Amino acid sequence: MRELPVSAVRDAVRRLFLDINRKIGPDVEAAMRSALEKEISPAARYALTQLTDNYAAAEETGLPLCQDTGMAICFLTVGQDVHFTGGDLNEAVQQGVREAYEEGYFRKSIVEDPLFERKNTGDNCPAVLHLSMEPGESVRLMGIAKGFGSENMSRIFMLPPAAGEEGVLNAIVIAVREAGPNPCPPIVVGVGIGGDFEIAPLLAKRATARPLGVHHPDPRYAALEQTALDRINRTGIGAAGIGGLTTALWVSAEYAPTHIAGMPVAVCICCHASRHGEIAI
Amino acid sequence: MIRELTLPLARDEAASLRAGDLVTLTGPVYTARDAAHKRLIALMEEGKELPLPLLNQTLYYVGPSPAPPGLPIGSAGPTTSYRMDSYTPALLDAGLVGMIGKGARSPAVVEAMIRNRAVYFGAIGGAAALLARSIQSAEVIAFPDLGTEAIRLLTLSRFPAIVLIDSLGSSLYKTGPAQYRSEEL
Ligand code: SF4
Repeated sequence: MRELPVSAVRDAVRRLFLDINRKIGPDVEAAMRSALEKEISPAARYALTQLTDNYAAAEETGLPLCQDTGMAICFLTVGQDVHFTGGDLNEAVQQGVREAYEEGYFRKSIVEDPLFERKNTGDNCPAVLHLSMEPGESVRLMGIAKGFGSENMSRIFMLPPAAGEEGVLNAIVIAVREAGPNPCPPIVVGVGIGGDFEIAPLLAKRATARPLGVHHPDPRYAALEQTALDRINRTGIGAAGIGGLTTALWVSAEYAPTHIAGMPVAVCICCHASRHGEIAI
Repeated sequence: MIRELTLPLARDEAASLRAGDLVTLTGPVYTARDAAHKRLIALMEEGKELPLPLLNQTLYYVGPSPAPPGLPIGSAGPTTSYRMDSYTPALLDAGLVGMIGKGARSPAVVEAMIRNRAVYFGAIGGAAALLARSIQSAEVIAFPDLGTEAIRLLTLSRFPAIVLIDSLGSSLYKTGPAQYRSEEL
């Protein structure tokens, strides 16, 4: 049995969100620079130059990469031999987010009632917390700062099994085409196939945090990812949606078992400011 | 080539811009997003005075992150413009000449732009820390209770932008992607 004070979780959450909002991952930066190198549209080059210069601007000023520092999403995977001490685990996660968004001068973008008052909670809480368990004593935190320009463009399709591979590819391209410029392309696309009405989007959301350039281990899903990426980049939407060669940097797909009568497909769209990170606690 | 524009924008100059033109903007703009638009329109409907001038002015759709000590503003990239579409025609008819945002606009907005010879600029979404460097000063002038959504007067200095929709109604979101599309539809 491992004893772990919840303050360690709070501090890890705080550190992670301070980092990811200010510094883009090396995989995203490399993909953006290679998109700029390849680009032939002058307008898209103008956009991509600013976006790659933005990394240094954020680093030099300490400002967040984007003013929309997002909804904080935490995936906490807890070993079943861990015993948390010193308080409420959920509250520790919230406190970590609260401290990061205050200390980092990040924008607080969460409203309490979604329909009526839409009053800002003032501290970017509540964060979304997904808890899962695994054997052992480890605790792993994966955090995503998700802006809603792109989250608003995410979709779920409850396809019939007969829709097959072509149906999945169409769903992905439809979501991307309808999103157009809104989710700040070049985008990262996460696809969740199978499960049920809530598992598919969860898989898709997690998929957006897979390192760019890493395909699914199953060669059939890897091929699906590649075909989807090629098709998306033939839409011509381009950086900032103003026409160009790179509309998506990457497509990551994940699957889960599903019912004999269904094939849910969720398409989670993430902007080029794909901010996520993982730490062991 | 990048065209350097000075704000407030003369209407003839606004009308001379074409979708796809790369520009920089220098001068005053006012920030407003969803909640501020709602209030401005309510004031107009009640016939009350607005807290900002509209004639030949430019609005920037942005909700900046808080300014850390020593900087005039936090990160300040554009937000998606379609959420302002239902309010925009009335503002254009009341004298607004320019808008800065990201994303497509409704046919009603484009018609109002043609009618008023106005221009819609795009700033690059997500280039927010870089764009903050082109903002020399920021001052809340109305609705401070709205926090990030308050109306601010910003002074821009060579702020990079692109003409997305021009006063003839031509849109870079149509012509741009069409030029680089290689799929069969
Ligand atoms: S979609 Fe992403 S890059 Fe664009 S404004 Fe939102 S958070 Fe920023």
